[in-house]
Parts: sequence; structure tokens; C-alpha cells
Amino acid sequence: MEGILESVGKPYMKEVPEFGPGDLVRVHVKVIEGDKERVQVFEGRVIQRRGSGVSETFTVRKISGGIGVERVFPLHSPRLVKIEVVQRGKVRRAKLFYLRKLRGKAARIAERR
Amino acid sequence: MGGLIGRKVGMTQVFDEEGRLVPVTVIQAGPCPVVGLRREDREGYNAVQLAYEKVKPSRVTKPILGVFRKVGLEPHKVIREFRVDDPESYQVGQVLDVGVFQVGERVKVTGWSKGRGFAGVVKRHGFAGGPKTHGQSDRWRAPGSVGASSDPSRVWKGMRMAGRMGNRRVTVRNLTVVGLDRERNLIWVKGAVPGARKGLVLISKETP
Repeated sequence: MEGILESVGKPYMKEVPEFGPGDLVRVHVKVIEGDKERVQVFEGRVIQRRGSGVSETFTVRKISGGIGVERVFPLHSPRLVKIEVVQRGKVRRAKLFYLRKLRGKAARIAERR
Repeated sequence: MGGLIGRKVGMTQVFDEEGRLVPVTVIQAGPCPVVGLRREDREGYNAVQLAYEKVKPSRVTKPILGVFRKVGLEPHKVIREFRVDDPESYQVGQVLDVGVFQVGERVKVTGWSKGRGFAGVVKRHGFAGGPKTHGQSDRWRAPGSVGASSDPSRVWKGMRMAGRMGNRRVTVRNLTVVGLDRERNLIWVKGAVPGARKGLVLISKETP
């Protein structure tokens, strides 16, 4: 029975750029409003990636109008039009939940080169 | 009507045409040969008897082996009956596969739920338990009162208490068939299905 589960999700998986926690990304999301469809951009830091295969998701955090906003996207969702990596971040852990307690200067992440 | 015997493979997710995420349970079902028919005039009810999972002849008892020998089939591990309205439309030896279902159709899935052993009242019946603080000790998962005082001087029948939980036959109805793979005998339905992975499940059509 091994491998069957993975094979069911396989056809739904997309090519996604390489990115990880700490990276600054621009996520282009298809938004459906009534019968209209438009693309919205959500830009922020990736604070976690979790799951595997089709079920993998990632969380993007940004500060919008002084308030922290986090959105969780399924990595392979057909509603994600594009994921752009704006900047690579230099971080030492896989989950950046500590950022939630920090703001301003302390919440900066150095660029990785 | 009609159905299929299978084993639960596990859960995963897919996306629908509108890009919505759909949680699905994958079931490896069939091929199931028809071993016998039950007819109203002879047995008193209408059903088809299906078999699942081929095994070595040495793995089944001699009486069961005789059943398969009589209809000229290889021995299978599981035999189950499914009620149908029209047993005449089936033939002994005919093999059913996931093709009996269609994508979008509603089905019901029967399985044996995971055994939880002797479970307390909080897990088994969703009781709230007692307070954790304010001077309480040993009360946080207690069932509370089980009845009144000298009248009736006993506990009502059916009072929900701790006891064996799970490991019973559970049917989930109205699950939508999301996908089929006839080559690999797979079917995936929206939502959860009772039982552990590799647990035996029976899938049958939801009668309209």
C-alpha cells in the first residue's frame, strides 16, 4: 500500500520556486469576488513551512497598518498564481514564531547572500 | 445499489475545479468477484455475496474453500453480502471493480472504528469534566453526579458512563466520490472514513 497516497496527490502538485523560512516573498493569489476574478498580492516573510506532498502549506507574515497579519497558503493550491522570492533571509531556525513577539527594528531579518 | 469491499489506504487532499481544497480518504477497493446470490424466494432476502483479496488455498478453512471451489473461483480472504434489489442482474463469477461507482456519486462507507479501550466519560461522551483549579483535587475528568437521591435510589438505565469505546461497526453516509482509478482499483471519497489504515471497509451506493 506504500506510495499509493502520494500518487493520488501527485497530479495536483505544481512547480514551486525554492524558498524557506525567513525569505521575503510576494504571493499572487487569485481572488474570486462574485463573478469577477482578480489577482491580489500578499507580500511578507515566510515564517514556516509544514506538511509534505500536496498537503504542504506555508505561512506568510506581514505587518499591515501596524497590525501583524499572517496567511497560510496551501503550497500547491491552483489559486496561487505565482510565488516570487524577493529576498532570501538569513535565519537559524525552521519556524520563526519568535517574530510574533517582536516589532520594528527587532523584527528585521538579515539578507542571505 | 450494490457495493464493494476494500481497505482504507489513508487520507490526503486534492483540489477541485475551482481551486478549493478537498480532504479525501483513499480506499483500495475490489476487484470483487460475485460468489453467490441471495434471492427473496429462496433465502428470504435479496443480496449479492462478494469476495475480496485473493489468498493461498491453505489460508482458508476447508468449508470456505468448498464455497469457492463450487463456483470455480480462487479463494479470497473476505466474503461479505450486499443487499440489492435485483440479484438477477448479477452472475456468479462476475467481477465487480470501482467502475460500479461514478465520480460525483454519493456513497456510504462502513468500517470498524479504532478501538480506544476503556475510555473515561470525557473522551467517550464529551463530558466537560470538573474544574481544574479552585481547590479541586482528582476531579478534572470526573463524570459528576449520576442521579438523584433516595428517590429513585438507583441510577437510570442508559446513564452515560466510562467503558469500552470504539472497535464497533460505524457507517458514514453521503460521502461524495471524488475520484476513481480503475487500473489500480482505487477510489477516493470526500471526508473521513471509520477505522485504521489497512482496515476493512464496505462501500455501497446511497439509495436515492
